Amino acid sequence: MYRTFKLDMPQSLSDALNMLGDGGAAIPLAGGTNLLVDLRANRISPSHLVSLDKVQELRVICCKDGTIEIGGRTSVSDLLRSPEIAKGAPSLAQAAKVFGGQMVRNAATVGGNIACGSPAADLVPPLLSLDADIELTSTTGRRRMGLAEFFLGYRKDARRPGELITRIGAQRLQTNSVNTFYKLARRKGDAITVVGVAVTLTVAQGRCTRARIALGAVAPTVYRAAAAEAMLEGQTLSAPLIDAAARQAADSASPIDDVRASAEYRHHGVHVLTRRLVAQAWERLN
Amino acid sequence: MTFERKLSIRINGQTVQAAVPAHRTLLEMLRDLGHVDVKRGCEKGDCGACAVLIDGEAIDSCLVLAWTVEGKDVVTVAGLGDAEAPHPLQKAFIANGAVQCGYCIPGMIIAAQSMLNETPNPNEDNIRLALSGNLCRCTGYKKIFEAVETAAAMIRGEAIR
Repeated sequence: MYRTFKLDMPQSLSDALNMLGDGGAAIPLAGGTNLLVDLRANRISPSHLVSLDKVQELRVICCKDGTIEIGGRTSVSDLLRSPEIAKGAPSLAQAAKVFGGQMVRNAATVGGNIACGSPAADLVPPLLSLDADIELTSTTGRRRMGLAEFFLGYRKDARRPGELITRIGAQRLQTNSVNTFYKLARRKGDAITVVGVAVTLTVAQGRCTRARIALGAVAPTVYRAAAAEAMLEGQTLSAPLIDAAARQAADSASPIDDVRASAEYRHHGVHVLTRRLVAQAWERLN
Repeated sequence: MTFERKLSIRINGQTVQAAVPAHRTLLEMLRDLGHVDVKRGCEKGDCGACAVLIDGEAIDSCLVLAWTVEGKDVVTVAGLGDAEAPHPLQKAFIANGAVQCGYCIPGMIIAAQSMLNETPNPNEDNIRLALSGNLCRCTGYKKIFEAVETAAAMIRGEAIR
């Protein structure tokens, strides 16, 4: 690479935050699987990078009451190694498995996948389907917000200069619940998502008490299909109702045509995949 | 202004000192130092040709800044074995005819070794998952998957059919 920059290698979170408080010029470097590609393509030309490689306190997965707390620098492969994720956030484990290729999974981080702001970020639909929130930390303090509120528009988010995504908190899967993710892409590995769907269903006394449908790569940001969820909650599900909710989810999408697929195909994908995942979840719970 | 630093890096068991600018990738540094067994492919993290082991885990060296591997153990495919003393993966790739042009093979072998470090008894799913970031444009992947299976059996000390 031709453009040079200042590179800091902090050993602790507090050092990293101090370095990132550099008047907004410093950019955090986590796994580098997006950032280095953007650097080489001259899409960005930062003057100062702060590598999180040695900030081990951000590489953690722990269970706290009903939530799973994930450190921002946790790698995608770390998710796959974690029995807590496999049990408490199965859709996240499924997404981790189809995320890039092995070397990308070994490097890429959960915080980085969120921070890159891509509508096709594979970890985000699962996290939204588990009501995730995130912790943003800077030298001036820390704040927490719902992950859904973090995304403001296409590659626009609520992170302020000097802030770092330090923690991601996902609701641990409750009993009588199913949580799944499906990635539609040209092939199984090493591919960018065409449509990503994550579903959580909770059932009690023959009714759906809680529905989450999170959609990736079909709008400027990953988002929850709230109207479709509302059609399912409180109901005893049937094939026509599931199909109607899936159609509502497809109607809520605003995909684009690109090299990977047409907007029409993506609409259709949301309809079919939402119907399939909700029906399978309902079947498993009854 | 250039930001340059003298790094001390362990490559294939040998500690090397080199003056490296902050923006130099591990791939660029390795090839500059003569480790041309590490292949330059897409430089975007898609093809896996440049994979090396960093502390036992396969990473695309094109996506790593050289400074970040200071104090870590870097192993390239030549560090696993050579013509005189080939690694079981290298033997198995030859024996199974898994190599055509050969450009992707260093990355394939590194990715396979990374998986075997955690999963000594892999099934086909484990192997496919491990090699999902390595592209071969000559042929298919069948013989490559079979070679990894053979190598795993060799490493476990089983008799080979």
